[in-house]
Formats: sequence, structure tokens, C-alpha cells
Amino acid sequence: MINSKKEKLELSKRAGSVPTNLWQTLCKSNNARIGFTLFLTLSALCFIGPFFIPHSYETTQLSIGASAPSVVHLFGTDVLGRDLLIRTLVGGQISIFVGFLATAVALIIGTTYGMIAGYVGKKTDALMMRFVDTLYALPFTIMVILLTVLFGRSLVLIFLAIGAVEWLTLARIVRGETRNIKTQAFVQAAQLNGLPHHQIITKHILRNLISPVIVFATLTIPSVILLESVISFLGLGVQAPLASWGSLINEGAQKFDVYPWLLIFPSIFFSLTILSLNFIGDAFRDAFDPVL
Amino acid sequence: MLQLSIRRLAQAIPTLWIIATLTFILMQLTPGGPFDQEKPVTPEIKKLIEAHYGMDKPIHEQYIQFIVKRLQGDFGPSYKYAGWDVDEIIAQAFPVSLELGLYALIIAILIGVPLGILSALFHKKPMEIVFMSLALIGICLPAFVLGPLLLLVFSTELGWFNPFGWNSFSDRILPAFTLGLFYASFIARLTRSGTLDVLKHPYIQTARAKGLSKIRILFVHTLRSALSPVVSYLGPAVAGMISGSFVVETLFFIPGLGSFFVNSAFNRDDTMVMGTVLFYAALIILFNLIVDLIQIWMNPKLNRD
Repeated sequence: MINSKKEKLELSKRAGSVPTNLWQTLCKSNNARIGFTLFLTLSALCFIGPFFIPHSYETTQLSIGASAPSVVHLFGTDVLGRDLLIRTLVGGQISIFVGFLATAVALIIGTTYGMIAGYVGKKTDALMMRFVDTLYALPFTIMVILLTVLFGRSLVLIFLAIGAVEWLTLARIVRGETRNIKTQAFVQAAQLNGLPHHQIITKHILRNLISPVIVFATLTIPSVILLESVISFLGLGVQAPLASWGSLINEGAQKFDVYPWLLIFPSIFFSLTILSLNFIGDAFRDAFDPVL
Repeated sequence: MLQLSIRRLAQAIPTLWIIATLTFILMQLTPGGPFDQEKPVTPEIKKLIEAHYGMDKPIHEQYIQFIVKRLQGDFGPSYKYAGWDVDEIIAQAFPVSLELGLYALIIAILIGVPLGILSALFHKKPMEIVFMSLALIGICLPAFVLGPLLLLVFSTELGWFNPFGWNSFSDRILPAFTLGLFYASFIARLTRSGTLDVLKHPYIQTARAKGLSKIRILFVHTLRSALSPVVSYLGPAVAGMISGSFVVETLFFIPGLGSFFVNSAFNRDDTMVMGTVLFYAALIILFNLIVDLIQIWMNPKLNRD
């Protein structure tokens, strides 16, 4: 019998599921408040803002060229006369979008892989984790660059490539957790009752993996955005006229001595987003407090 | 310790073999080849070029030759830098990256560790927020943001440093700082949590009760175990600094391996790209081993596992 709330919490923590008072903990934490406010504001600006701006991100106005911030163009314009404000916002859409989608790819691959390895165990487990160890020896960023070089440059490929390298850590975490959960009485009871393996995995194991997976996701999104920006910065990512923060910062970095605003505005947006996501990640980690 | 080194080096062999095979498969899967340029060459010449590089043989022969050559330490000729072998290019460019990485590491430790210790000592005091915000700056200003900003301030506005080049010692400062600051903030966070953990232990209270000075407690009793997570982070950090330096190298026009790698990626210099990947992988394995050995030296208990 589970009597007190505290015991319930202890149990849920041990099984790795969502603590009952998660939202209370999150709401109390200053990190979460600052992080969420900042991140929601920035995303709202990026996704809703463009509807209120009378410029297009791809229309060039060669006659004005790069102009300093003014009333018409709040952030100024780039070398081709494109409005920098809307380019920063649309670039933000792409960066945030890639961040979430690539993380989703990593979550799907990593959870499935780790769960199979942990559940099946024995030689399969040893072989599968050996493969993960092997991939770990590859430099991540270099792998992504390699994939984008070999298979051409497209948005889909970027998040597939990033997702394909970011899943390794999660696979390790999930495998460890699955092995823990597997030894617990309720899973053994289910096995004894003849529940098929796929149902045990979806009903009992997956549900108890939510907590480490969420923490991993919140910590991964900023690093994915960072990785995408590095790739775009090197010119291997998003192709013109589309932009992401990485490619905008790259354009700014080439002309920073003459047109500093091209560097400064995208950098501010980018840095604030990474900052807010780090705050959120820290808050989630504190709230769940799993063994990561 | 010797046993561990031998075992880890033995494990490295299949790892490197799998990576070599993966790169070989990727190279074969790639649509187009390094000789498909804007100005197409005649089929006869293309055949001759492919015969020269052994691309006309059956695939399993190519694979065996590929592995045998890598075993001999021969990474093959570069497709784009005519007359150069990939290993020659690596031998020339890698020391530059290594030097840059070393300076960056020194900066990361010199900034990160004191910052972490200070914020742990001022735990729950207003000063902690100041130190931890300093550490956060590094995380949200990655190299490609920080580099141009530093150039803007210190090179364009103040004129203290050359905007690019790799000649004098002063040319090393901005790139090393750009590369090191990101890792400095991670090290600061790890140092802080490590120190806070250790300070809770009873043996520290004992030391305090014995009336030891704060400085002695910190340097003699705390840091050795508090820095253990930092040391284990150094493996990936060093590997990241040396292999991840391509952003900094392209920014500051430094002739290191990173900028060669990015250029070959653009030029479809396949042998160069693959050679670099293999080289980096071997390097990461080596650094992880070194870090493990350092950790065992710091905490002999680990050796038993």
C-alpha cells in the first residue's frame, strides 16, 4: 500500500517516471520562469512577428544596399538590401524548427535503440552498445559535415544528419534505465502473465522512461541549434535566399568592420535563445533529478 | 594501468576498422565523384584518372587495398592538392591545430577552474550570481559569435591584434580565447558542482574543526576529488577543441587541419575528408585513454573496476 504522497514520489522517482509534483517544482524554480518567458517571447517574435512586417525576407533592393538601422528597416538591411529584421525572424524560425525536429529524430532513434538493447540484453545488447561506442569515437560535428557533403545540402538532410549523431547519448541512458525497469516486479509480473514483449515495452517500459527522455530532450535542443548554426556558418547548411541564424551570423562576420549591425542583431537573438533553452534545461534537470 | 592501456588499445583496433569501413561505404554511396567538375573531362581521360587512383577495379579489391593502405599509415593521395599525400597535409596542418587547441585548453582551465571554485565558495551569496553569469556567457556565445565580436572590438576598434594570420604570439591570443571560452564555462560549472559536493563531506568538517586554514582545506583536501569530473570532461573537451577548431580556423584564416577539412569538404576531396575523419577518430580514442589514465592516477580506487 502506498500511503503518503512522499512515498508515492519516492516510488515514482525510483521507477523513473514523472514526479507527481513536477509542475509545482518547475513553477517554483526561477530558472524555469526566466527560461520559459524568454524562450516563448523569442519564439512568438520569430513565428508571429513576420506577419506584421511589411518586407519580405528574399526581396532584394540593390539600390539601398547595406543600410544602417532606420525607422523603415529597424535592424537595417544586408548587402543585397534585404530587411535584416525579417531575415533574423525567419532565420530564427528555421533554427528553432531544426532544433526541435532534429531532437525528435534523435529521441525516436535513441529511445528505440536503447530500449531494444536494454530489453533483449545478453549478446544483442553487447553488440548494439559496442556499435554505439564505435560511433562515439567519431567527432560529431565532423560526421554531420561529412553527411551534408556527401548527400547534398538540404534542410531535411541537416536535421536527419544532426538527429543521426545526437541519439548516441540517449541510447546509452535509455538502455541503462530499461535494464533497471526490467528487473522490477511489475515487469516480471507482466511477463509471467504472458503479456507479449511489444506490449510490455510500450505499456510498462516506455512510460517509465519519460523522465530521462524529457530531460535529455530539453538539454539537447540548444546543442542541436548550436550544431545547425555551426554548419550553416560554414556555408554547408541552409541555402540562400533562406537563412538561419548561423548563416546570418556568417554574413555578418564577413562584413563586421563595415556593417556591424549585420553581426550584432542575429547574434543577440541567437545567444538569448541558447541562454533561455539552457535555463529551461537546467530547471527540468533539477525538477526530475534523474541519474544522468 | 598497463593492462588497461593494452586492453583499450586492443579495443581501438576494431573501432577504427569499423570507422574505416563506414567511411569507405559512404565514399562509394556518394553520388558523383571528385572528378565530376563543371568542365567535364572526356570519358577517356576520366577512365585514365580513375585507373590511376585504382577506381576501375572490382569493389572488394578496392576495399582490401583501402584497408591495407590505411594499415600501412598511407591515407592515399589528395584528389585536389595534386602531388600531395593526405598524410603529408595532415602532418603539416595538424601541429598548428594542436598548438591552437593547447592554448585554448590552458585558457579554458585558467578561467574555468577559478571561476567554479569562487562560485562554490560564495554559494548562496550574491557574488555567486555574478560568477555564474560570467560562466553562462561562454555557453551562449559559441566561437562563431564570439570570434567576430572579439575581432570587432579588439582588432577593428582598438587595433590591438591582427585580424588574421598565424605568425607572432599575439596572433594566438584571440583565436585561443575564442575557442577556449566555451569550454571554460563548462569547466566552471563542473568545478562548482564538484566543489560543492566535496565540501559537504564529513572529512572537510573534520579539517575545519581541526582549525586548518580555509586555503589549506581548499587546495589540499578539496580540489583533488572535486576536480575529478573536470578531468573526465577534459577528454571530450580536448578532442572537441582540436577537431572543432575549424570554425575558429576559418574565422582567423589559420592554416590548421580544421580549415583544410572544411575546404576539402567543399571541394569534394574525398580522400582528404575520409583521411581526416579517421585521423580525428584515432585521436579521440587516444585522448580518452590518456584522460582515463590521469583519473586513475588521481583516484587509484578506480583501478579495481
